[in-house]
Amino acid sequence: MNNQIAGPSTPPGAGIPDAAEPALRVRDLRVGTDNLDLITDVSFTLAPGERVGLIGESGSGKSLTALALLGLLPEEVKASGSIRLSEVGFDVVGASERQMSKVRGDRMAMVFQEPMTALNPVMQVGDQVAEIMLLHRRQPDRRAARRAAVEMLAKVRLPDPEGAARAYPHQLSGGQRQRVVLAIALANDPAVLLCDEPTTALDVTVQAHMLDLILTGVAERDSALLFITHDLAVVATVCERVLVMYGGRIVESGPIDEVFTRPRHPYTRGLLDASDMDAVDGRGRLHTIPGTVPAAGRFPDGCVFRNRCAHATQQCVQVPPLEHKGARAHACWHPVEEPT
Amino acid sequence: MSEQVNVVSVPVAEPAAARRGSRLNPSLIVGGSIVALIIGAALLSFVWTPYDPTRIDAAARLTSYSGDHWLGTDKFGRDVFSQLLVGARTTLFVGIVAVGIAAVIGTPLGIFAGMGSRWAGEIVMRGNDLLLAFPALLMAIMFAAVYGPSTLTAMAAIGIATVPSFARLARSGTLGVMNTEYVLAARAAGRTRRAIAVRHVLPNISGLVIVQSSVAFAIAILAEAALSFLGFGTRPPTPSWGRMLQESQELLHSAPRLALWPGIAIALAVLGFNLLGDGLRDRFDPRLEVRR
Repeated sequence: MNNQIAGPSTPPGAGIPDAAEPALRVRDLRVGTDNLDLITDVSFTLAPGERVGLIGESGSGKSLTALALLGLLPEEVKASGSIRLSEVGFDVVGASERQMSKVRGDRMAMVFQEPMTALNPVMQVGDQVAEIMLLHRRQPDRRAARRAAVEMLAKVRLPDPEGAARAYPHQLSGGQRQRVVLAIALANDPAVLLCDEPTTALDVTVQAHMLDLILTGVAERDSALLFITHDLAVVATVCERVLVMYGGRIVESGPIDEVFTRPRHPYTRGLLDASDMDAVDGRGRLHTIPGTVPAAGRFPDGCVFRNRCAHATQQCVQVPPLEHKGARAHACWHPVEEPT
Repeated sequence: MSEQVNVVSVPVAEPAAARRGSRLNPSLIVGGSIVALIIGAALLSFVWTPYDPTRIDAAARLTSYSGDHWLGTDKFGRDVFSQLLVGARTTLFVGIVAVGIAAVIGTPLGIFAGMGSRWAGEIVMRGNDLLLAFPALLMAIMFAAVYGPSTLTAMAAIGIATVPSFARLARSGTLGVMNTEYVLAARAAGRTRRAIAVRHVLPNISGLVIVQSSVAFAIAILAEAALSFLGFGTRPPTPSWGRMLQESQELLHSAPRLALWPGIAIALAVLGFNLLGDGLRDRFDPRLEVRR
């Protein structure tokens, strides 16, 4: 199955060998403006019920990938490649607004980072949940939708769901609002749930509950989850597989425990070192990755990481291909040695 | 978990009715009362006035305050109080026509300009600028010249001249709303453009539009007064506060009360509608509700 999508320059995404039909298959996704590539050669698949993390520093293209999946790119930014959803007869790339509005919120839904602004401030939250079901004709009429909305709010464990349904967003706390956002996203049992840093804006105590709700939500529906974050600890608790993104490319992918214990790409190594709060260097400081993420368009040719990489050589002027080895893949000419 | 959340969930449990009741504010009460007074006067004038406001009484010219004529009479012996009552009708009619035209045309135009493609927006806004270049009064005088002076043509002109201010305001509000995450979320949920305009943009800019309407209402009242003063607005003998001012002009020294009362009425109406607009915004915008 991997072979049928293999191209000469871009190997297939780290596939799930036994999945009948992936919930989401992204192939050779390229996003950019006329003269600037923002995302290059991104390929991956999500099996139904699979939970995949997408990690990387700010500016590495994570959120843009999510927007591209939903076809919500800004006017001047264009996508090419292919994005296929199960049970959807057309390619998201190049689909019309009318086609996409049937997919969004139905086959594919998204939870945004900022719960304070993701809800319409002048609409009762119950109506906002009900509306999404009415919109995609999951409920016959307004009254039924309203009832189902209260049920959804109860499922995300909002205290007093009846009262919460009548509340306006500003009357709820950040954590409560994010539950409402999750209820809206899960209302129509999407095949793919995208979460863009859904817990970053929340208190640590509330975070854990939110993650729990997301996990239960996707498990009940057998939805595939693409979880975007820069919090490695969160990825480790939520996801089975991880995609590491840098400079608009996927630089490493694989099962989470393997990638996190034996990273191959120096960037992944750097991320892990940087998030280790116990390890210090010779001068007693926490590890960092030297330099900062360049602005879009300022990434070096060849390997995008080579200007920050300690192992970079002349060879890194060439773009390293994403090399697959079992369930894992990495794009590096000088991968971190595997301890054997 | 529930403990964590319950601390901040107090308002949720509160019934909606109680929440709304607590949102009467002073400007709403005062503005509402003034506007109610004007509406009341206009309604009253249909069933009762002390005298026929157009009846000329040569014997009672320029009488001062008295039991017979509460606010005295003008140079034709017409009862000032009766004229004020009937003039309230004109004032309301003027405001409703002018603001109605301006808001109904201007608001959708502004939303379209804010949501549509860059080109559509540019075309609408440049057309808007063109219209804005015409002073409202000049436009009204042009209309009066073409269609003959009447309250309706004057107000249609004022309304059309006020369209740009609504379109501009609606557009800037729309641009703000379109940049919010909940519009992105609504698009991610599969909402179409038209639905976003109706369900998300319009409710979120309605506060702006209401306030703008009340200001435009006040401006329309002033414009009507000015046009009537110039002789392009309400035709005699229909009583209008503006025309009463105009007729009192030559008698300003001998009978200042003739200018005083319509002046007070106009000022009060303008104040009332402004306060009402502020109050309505505070009342109906859930974001401005006092947080606990």
